[in-house]
Amino acid sequence: MTTSLSRALAAALLAGVAGLASAQDMTGAGATFPAPIYAKWADAYNKATAARLNYQSIGSGAGIQQIRARTVDFGASDMPLADDVLARDGLVQFPTVIGGVVLVVNIKGIAPGQIKLTGQLLGDIYLAKITRWSDPALRAVNPGVPLPDEAISPVRRADGSGTSFIFTNYLSKTNAEWKAKVGEGTAVNWPTGAGGKGNEGVAAFVQRLPNSIGYVEYAYAKQNKMTHTLLQNKDGNFVAPDADNFKAAAAGADWNKSFFQVLTDQPGKDAWPISGATFILVYKAQEKPASAAGVLKFFDWAYANGDKMADDLEYVPLPPGVKDLVRKSWAASIKDTAGKPIAWK
Amino acid sequence: MSEAAIATGADAAQIARRRLHARRKRTNVVALTLALAAMAFGIFWLIWILVETVRLGIGGMSLALFTEMTPPPQAETGGLANAIFGSLAMVTTATLLGTPIGILAGIYLAEYGQRGWLGHTTRFINDILLSAPSIVIGLFIYAAVVARSRSFSGWAGVLALALIVIPVVIRTTENMLALIPNALREAAYALGTPKWRVVLTVTLRAARAGVITGILLAFARIAGETAPLLFTALSNQFWTSDMSQPMASLPVTIFKFAMSPYENWQKLAWAGVFLITLGVLLLNIVARTFFRNRI
Amino acid sequence: MSAATLPASAYLGAEGKIRSDMNDRPPAARRASPWADVLFSTLAQGAAWLTLALLAGILISLVIGAAPAIRAYGLSFLWTSEWDPVQNRYGGLAMIYGTLMTSLIALVIAVPVSFGIALFLTELSPLWLKRPLGTAVELLAAVPSIVYGMWGLLVFSPILSRFVQQPLQGAFKDVPLLGALFSGPPVGIGLLSAGIILAIMVIPFIASVMRDVFDVTPPMLKESAYALGSTTWEVVWKVVLPYTKTGVVGGIMLGLGRAIGETMAVTFVIGNFNQLSSLSLFEAANSITSALANEFGEAAPGLHQASLIYLGLVLFLITFVVLSISKILLQRLKRREGVVT
Repeated sequence: MTTSLSRALAAALLAGVAGLASAQDMTGAGATFPAPIYAKWADAYNKATAARLNYQSIGSGAGIQQIRARTVDFGASDMPLADDVLARDGLVQFPTVIGGVVLVVNIKGIAPGQIKLTGQLLGDIYLAKITRWSDPALRAVNPGVPLPDEAISPVRRADGSGTSFIFTNYLSKTNAEWKAKVGEGTAVNWPTGAGGKGNEGVAAFVQRLPNSIGYVEYAYAKQNKMTHTLLQNKDGNFVAPDADNFKAAAAGADWNKSFFQVLTDQPGKDAWPISGATFILVYKAQEKPASAAGVLKFFDWAYANGDKMADDLEYVPLPPGVKDLVRKSWAASIKDTAGKPIAWK
Repeated sequence: MSEAAIATGADAAQIARRRLHARRKRTNVVALTLALAAMAFGIFWLIWILVETVRLGIGGMSLALFTEMTPPPQAETGGLANAIFGSLAMVTTATLLGTPIGILAGIYLAEYGQRGWLGHTTRFINDILLSAPSIVIGLFIYAAVVARSRSFSGWAGVLALALIVIPVVIRTTENMLALIPNALREAAYALGTPKWRVVLTVTLRAARAGVITGILLAFARIAGETAPLLFTALSNQFWTSDMSQPMASLPVTIFKFAMSPYENWQKLAWAGVFLITLGVLLLNIVARTFFRNRI
Repeated sequence: MSAATLPASAYLGAEGKIRSDMNDRPPAARRASPWADVLFSTLAQGAAWLTLALLAGILISLVIGAAPAIRAYGLSFLWTSEWDPVQNRYGGLAMIYGTLMTSLIALVIAVPVSFGIALFLTELSPLWLKRPLGTAVELLAAVPSIVYGMWGLLVFSPILSRFVQQPLQGAFKDVPLLGALFSGPPVGIGLLSAGIILAIMVIPFIASVMRDVFDVTPPMLKESAYALGSTTWEVVWKVVLPYTKTGVVGGIMLGLGRAIGETMAVTFVIGNFNQLSSLSLFEAANSITSALANEFGEAAPGLHQASLIYLGLVLFLITFVVLSISKILLQRLKRREGVVT
């Protein structure tokens, strides 16, 4: 009985392997920040061209790590690598979309956009210096808002995260004690807070824990109808998170110089203070030109056809000028081992 | 002493004895009630977990679960087809890979290795491996296979799972072979059968019900393992039957979906949990009844 | 008969007659290929060697991976609690504490309950109930750990928060030491939640071993005690348990080993907090397995990855020690029963 069963199983497996369509399969991994839009793009791309882009959102830190280990075709990270690090690793990075990191809370009786926060207060909450929602410093900025006298449960990332990088970069810019004690990075020595895995984990925790606060990419807050807060920007205005305000923050970036742009705490009347671009990392010298071509083809398609999908999820598509700059950089920097540029067109 | 005094003395002793007896009886009743309570406590958790799994999972059961791929967040439709297939493929291959090695090593331990240091040490090592943290095994395969071959793949997942199957099969094979009475072996030797033939056609055949049970239990065990697949097979939102690509698997997909805030993902996660629990429990029950009927 | 036709064993017997016995050497041996035996035993031995090689491989690979961290920190890694990826300074105390603490909580809950279950199954239960209940307990052991983790996060932790943690916190608020134990956000995440879920996971293992071990107590011992008028409880507590204590401890160690190495059931609810800032059981914490699951994918090769592998090595060694003790104890019990070990 066992022999015939195992023979049947082996035959079924072989049939499965043989029947596999020979469409190009590409694997990428990294940031959870753009994961909703990459998932949508991959799905639409698959329907349009039958090519499959398998994107696994394991966090920016892991994305950088896995592309360095060459276990994936491209890595995705919200933390841009410095130009010298890129040169040392032989990598090239380019942006895909711009989004915003928002604060979400779970307090009974508070509506979206009702609470106002500043960078200083946010840093103090995550430093565990402000521990209750009824703290006078919070009340001062939110007159008339029914803040309960409950302990704050901060939620942050447990894994290495570009979203954390953007958030801690903003905190370092606006809270001197945070900068001295903790600093910025994809993984820091968090003084407090429960750790969720990925943007999804943070959103899930905030949904479940009463009186909690967490930071997530705006698509996660919007898709799950969570309660976001207003934040004070560099100009002193309390702004709400939406695509226009993310665009305002990105207005000052000079992409011609380098793709390394950090968009936190930007000047501008409506600029959302915790905005950031998200990046793709690929090797300059491609050992597998076919998959490199597949990756570039996908992003070229996304630049051309993905803007509406990005808008729906409140991501800001790159301005057309920047998209052309990116395409030019592909032609200039990404080559196969023989030195010829990859044919992605 | 007068009769009355003796009587009072006897009464006092009897009262003391009766009191002691009552106390012992009370302790007995209390202890046994606590034991009953402990049994109820244990069964309570089992029932609660199973009931919740059924309640939350059965709503997500539909044909689409088996025919559609894992969806992007907040999609209207979607299923777990690629995850189910990936799990079946990897678990079956790992069992097929690990079983021969396990059976051979179990045969060694039961038939050749009763004396000498190799048998002793192997038995000891096997018990260590049996309860080794499965995430450490995943890390080992990552360092040995994934990092070296520069790709996450179904094969790496298969290897990690096979490393978990082997100790289970060794343990059950050895135990089952040891149960076969020596008289059977001696009868075969007396007829002039060479040792390898005795082991294969007499001893192993007699123990085959138990060995098959062991294989089924190993299959059930790795069907539910998540940690070894995290860094080896990664996951895949599309269908793939190519084992050299990252493959989706049911436990890893459940892990990803359960920790997310999206409702469609959470519903699929519960349906997946229901499937796995149902499959594993059925397999265990089948293995036990099969064993009991054949022995 | 001519000399050519005599069998080889013929001899000159009594009365000058030529005889040959029934005890003749058998005709030329028609042996099955002699190499088959050698091949088979080599294969079997090879499989045993492979098992040894696998363990050696795992250990060597762990040691090589952890070498940078071992060189940088030595043994002080085990009692430093600072885990700072920005400053590249790592110490494993927080994770080791989390692993040991959750396992301890699990044992504190699981051992009495398992003892009660084993007692019930061997002494109290009517015969028709014994098999199904025993099977039910063993089925609990077969449920995959991810089910426990998911159920723990989505179903159990809100209930734990409302019906256990908040009352506990309210009751012990002003008690000096116990108050610190129960301070912190009562949200159902943390050491206590992870410990309780681990306890539920481990109960079936310990209960099965205890029941098996209670079952093999010689009936003579129990009957002698009953004959002297002992109650059931006294027989178990004073006769069965002392007789089987090595086996019981071995079973507890087995459960402990399982609890220490568990990833999925713990990582959902432990909170993933890499610091040891308070004594509280309600605070988020981290365990070695959960830290590995969360951070390994992103650790850059260098001190971060080496420190994580060092933690994995520590975990493996702790499991090794616990299981070795368990094995030795269980073997000692078997020897007393007279089974050849």
